[in-house]
Amino acid sequence: MTPPVRIAQLSCGADYSGVQREIEEAAREVNGEIFFPDIALKDIRKDFDAFGLDVRSPDLKLAIARAKALVEGRVEADAVFIATCFRCAEAAIVRNELRHYINENSKLPVVSYSFTERTTSGTLLTRMEALTTIARRRALLARETQQGITLGLDSGSATTKAIVMKDNKIIGTGWQPTTEVLKSAHAVIDAALSEAGITMKEVQAIGTTGYGRFLVGKDINADLIQEELTVNSKGAVYLADRQHGPATVIDIGGMDNKAIAVMDGIPGTFTMGGICAGASGRFLEMTAKRLGVDITELGPLAMKGFSGRVPMNSYCIVFGTQSLVNALAAGSTREDVAAAACHSVAEQVFEQQLQEVDIKEPVIMVGGTSLIEGLVHAMGELLQTKVVVPHHSQYIGSVGSALLASGFIKEH
Amino acid sequence: MAKVFIYPATSLILSDLVSRHGHTPLSSAIAVRERIQTAGLESPPLQITPEEPKKGLKWAAVEVPAGVRGRMSLYGPMIEQAEAAIIINDADLAFGCMGCARTNELIKFLLRQKDIPKLDLNYPKNEEEGVQFVAAIKRFLGELGGPK
Repeated sequence: MTPPVRIAQLSCGADYSGVQREIEEAAREVNGEIFFPDIALKDIRKDFDAFGLDVRSPDLKLAIARAKALVEGRVEADAVFIATCFRCAEAAIVRNELRHYINENSKLPVVSYSFTERTTSGTLLTRMEALTTIARRRALLARETQQGITLGLDSGSATTKAIVMKDNKIIGTGWQPTTEVLKSAHAVIDAALSEAGITMKEVQAIGTTGYGRFLVGKDINADLIQEELTVNSKGAVYLADRQHGPATVIDIGGMDNKAIAVMDGIPGTFTMGGICAGASGRFLEMTAKRLGVDITELGPLAMKGFSGRVPMNSYCIVFGTQSLVNALAAGSTREDVAAAACHSVAEQVFEQQLQEVDIKEPVIMVGGTSLIEGLVHAMGELLQTKVVVPHHSQYIGSVGSALLASGFIKEH
Repeated sequence: MAKVFIYPATSLILSDLVSRHGHTPLSSAIAVRERIQTAGLESPPLQITPEEPKKGLKWAAVEVPAGVRGRMSLYGPMIEQAEAAIIINDADLAFGCMGCARTNELIKFLLRQKDIPKLDLNYPKNEEEGVQFVAAIKRFLGELGGPK
């Protein structure tokens, strides 16, 4: 059996919040092993003083000393999980600075998380899986070209997508809203194969990702079943042709958002989640519905409007919709409302998630929402950069899966 | 004999001093021991379930971090029982240490609010202060009275 990936936990409050068991369970499910770097009391004083961040909480001082021990190689680990209490300002500063420090000074993959007593292992699973994937599959993630005939399937919360690739080219695509997970998967696979003009028997390797990856992967006997953080990063730099050097990948999804700082196609730090659906693609879907346009028309409509004319803060999808209705009732134009909705979602992601990763250019936006021109424009304005949207960006998970799956062809 | 809350609650030295004078120390060891005796769980951190932060709502509002509320579910009941308190400020980590500064501020505040005998001392920085420190604690515990 493969030895477990050793994940060093740097935390404050996890044990007293009752979530330690959940953290360990999430790690165990992906063959990871949580451990606390063992350091001496005298090292806490020395390392804490050397780090220079004068916090009061002793457990945060301990986390700082442990981070220094990891970076300086006094304790060995494969990955780092930083967790502190949600709503603790002191801990939030330490969490961000430690993530930054480890990322800058080591090759250890890091994920940071702020928990409440309601955090479950299910919430943490994809993050833990990404940590173990990066630690265990560096060779696979280094793949830069697709070979043979492979199929990639992304079973997302809102939509299911499939891609067929042959000799580094996309030859078939399939897309539809996710209803029944397996039914939607088979429908998009059939569509992609039909467009490619090949049969399932000719496919040499299959990869799955997204929320339904395990169910669909088992059903279609996939060679690679992998979480969307690493797969989407790989797909993004591949399609944008930025496989070397730094990049930032933003994926505003139907249910949650991902912000990933990538180096040479491999995630370094990443965040996943969102406080509320008000900062997700779902809000834009609702906006389009309320404005009486198809979601594909929302972007061009937003480009004609000016977001500053409509006050909107979609921190919560219910209040966001209320602002939208109020603005329309007060006589705002549909264009301005569309622009305000796009700006609001971009702003929420910028404020809540992008502060947790180090933004480095190019910024690549992927996923279905990257086709909403107004959203990409709003994000570019907030980040003061030109955002790259690669071709087939809505198929990012499928492309990443098809690309990585070709690493399994030799095994057949 | 009085129930004496000690801060830092993890200090074995303080706990021992209180016991030697015939009083009952209210400390982490007591809280953790009680929890280990509950069925089915193995180690102290795992004794804390997501229910504890909810019990902590009695001492800290919902916007207070879960870690603070979880800790207060252990220390809050002890503060309520306390008939006296010894508070050592800025103690060395080796003397006894409690992980969360916000919880520590709240515990000390709640103790100071109580109308009970209190000894509020700074941790000694040299031998001379150390002698005075121990003498002050002995005097305080002695004044609390002997076994009833």
